Amino acid sequence: MNNARTTDVLVIGGGQAGLAMSRCLTDRSIDHVVLERAEVANSWTTERWDSLRLLTPNWMSRLPGFSYQGDVPDGFMTARDIATHLDTYRRSFDAPVRTGVTVTRITTSDGQHLVETTEGPWSVRAVVIATGACSNPHVPSIGADMPDYIAQVTPIDYRNAGHIGDGSILVVGASASGLQIADELSRSGREVTLAVGDHVRLPRTYRGMDIHWWMDTIGQLDERHDEVPDITRARRLPSLQLVGSPERRTLDLNTVAANGVDLVGRLVGRSGHSAQFSGSFANMCASADLKQQRLLRRLDEYATMHGLNAELGPAERLEPTSVGRQALDLDLRSVGTIVWATGFRPVYPWLDDSLLDARGRLIHDGGVLTVPGMYVLGLPFLRRRKSSFIDGVGPDAQELSTHLSGHLDRAFART
Amino acid sequence: MTITESTNPTVDNGVNVEALLGAREALTAAPQAARFKFAATNEWVSGTHSRTTVNEFFGLGEAQSHRQPYSVDTDHPEIFAASDNGPTPPEMVLIGLAGCLTAGVASVAQNRGIQLHSVKATVEGNMDVGGILGIDPEIRNGYSGIAVRFEIDADASREEVQAVVAQSQKRSAVFDVVTNPTTVVVEVA
Repeated sequence: MNNARTTDVLVIGGGQAGLAMSRCLTDRSIDHVVLERAEVANSWTTERWDSLRLLTPNWMSRLPGFSYQGDVPDGFMTARDIATHLDTYRRSFDAPVRTGVTVTRITTSDGQHLVETTEGPWSVRAVVIATGACSNPHVPSIGADMPDYIAQVTPIDYRNAGHIGDGSILVVGASASGLQIADELSRSGREVTLAVGDHVRLPRTYRGMDIHWWMDTIGQLDERHDEVPDITRARRLPSLQLVGSPERRTLDLNTVAANGVDLVGRLVGRSGHSAQFSGSFANMCASADLKQQRLLRRLDEYATMHGLNAELGPAERLEPTSVGRQALDLDLRSVGTIVWATGFRPVYPWLDDSLLDARGRLIHDGGVLTVPGMYVLGLPFLRRRKSSFIDGVGPDAQELSTHLSGHLDRAFART
Repeated sequence: MTITESTNPTVDNGVNVEALLGAREALTAAPQAARFKFAATNEWVSGTHSRTTVNEFFGLGEAQSHRQPYSVDTDHPEIFAASDNGPTPPEMVLIGLAGCLTAGVASVAQNRGIQLHSVKATVEGNMDVGGILGIDPEIRNGYSGIAVRFEIDADASREEVQAVVAQSQKRSAVFDVVTNPTTVVVEVA
């Protein structure tokens, strides 16, 4: 295409992943452009609820050539703070971001990638997809079976309790989003039922230190994609049950239940006016409690091995999740709203089907796609456990920019 | 968070984990072959006594069969004015649940390199027969709750054994059938 703009690399998405890659490419003097559908850090400012704070502490916002400079390293940024942090990052190296541009199609022939956009086509030698892991909320198919009189929202639509209409609320999913939203709605006086499936329970702090400090310190967040026994399973792991708050409070099923949230098993069906829940709640809780205990024991072993016991608080045993006689159904006629906090599934309607598996997920090996010169960045456990964290995308960007640079050199040698 | 799975060659619970893992890999690549259909035929004998036989089933893309047909007689005990020629059908559900969870325990333990010495499960289902007798429409026909207690002697810590039992429930077909609703269609030929 003759009228296409050209550069060496197009980075799609101007969030933490796109900017981290832009910084790495800048450091290597590789010509590139970052395309952003709206403004930098758009999803942080327009697709997050009002009270949301980052799940990782402020000091854990390291990006290539950039780190947190504020006064509260142990605090947690609000969504707006994150947007500011990222925009400061963009300005720190004058990232070549073009805002308000949406990609509509990518095709590849003869090693050139044609990227069609709302401002016309680009012809480039490499493409980095950095559109994020959390822009497309997944609603299970049972959502279509729910009665019309119930409003359905996702964490992307949710703002605060005041925006939720009358009636009780069924929150589906007990990872960070579902638990936080159920907690907030319940504290605002609403009647809330929380449907709980597989979840990962963790205390906010352990022996006086933030849980993410621990996981960073013991090296768990650095576990690599080619080292874990089952990467597919590791990538499926639900997000941690955590909340970022100034008081560093722990949020788990026991705390929301104490605040009046009714806990039930996984939502599995609808029969007439009843929503039906699985009877597996007890096992879901037992599994999560066992995994939490295993991790805490590992932290204790690390502390002993590294002589940290004197500096840390005493080893703690956490209360098991309280399991009673959970209701197996809920009369939907009392429900005004269902909140689907059932995870995110990125979609790529602008990519060729051959790049995706049967479920529409990108096929990649540590971020390297099946078509040479194409990469993805910022997905859960892309190259290491922290890949989808702001603090974790940097090392992935470094490694993939090395691979990408090699690709450009090889492509150049062939011509 | 991560379950470190190690296959210890000296551990033998009689489960061929390599074959199971191989099947998992093969069926990931060929999801059609993973679609099985299990079947049973039941014939009335007399009173509440009937006989159910299983033999053929479908899977891996073709017709399969058991090594031989297996039959189970079900009936009701004498206090129900029946002749007690076998377990009651609801007891068959408990049998299915126990058999499924124990098979899972053996498989998961093998996969995690845990040697089992003995596994004993006790399954109890609470049922108010006021439901099936039509005494009170508020009472459900089926179990109001089921409790399973495992006694396991294994070369592992209590927590490791608990984790094996938890994982067995997560991968159990009968646990799923019992805990989650299933659409059932019954017709007359």
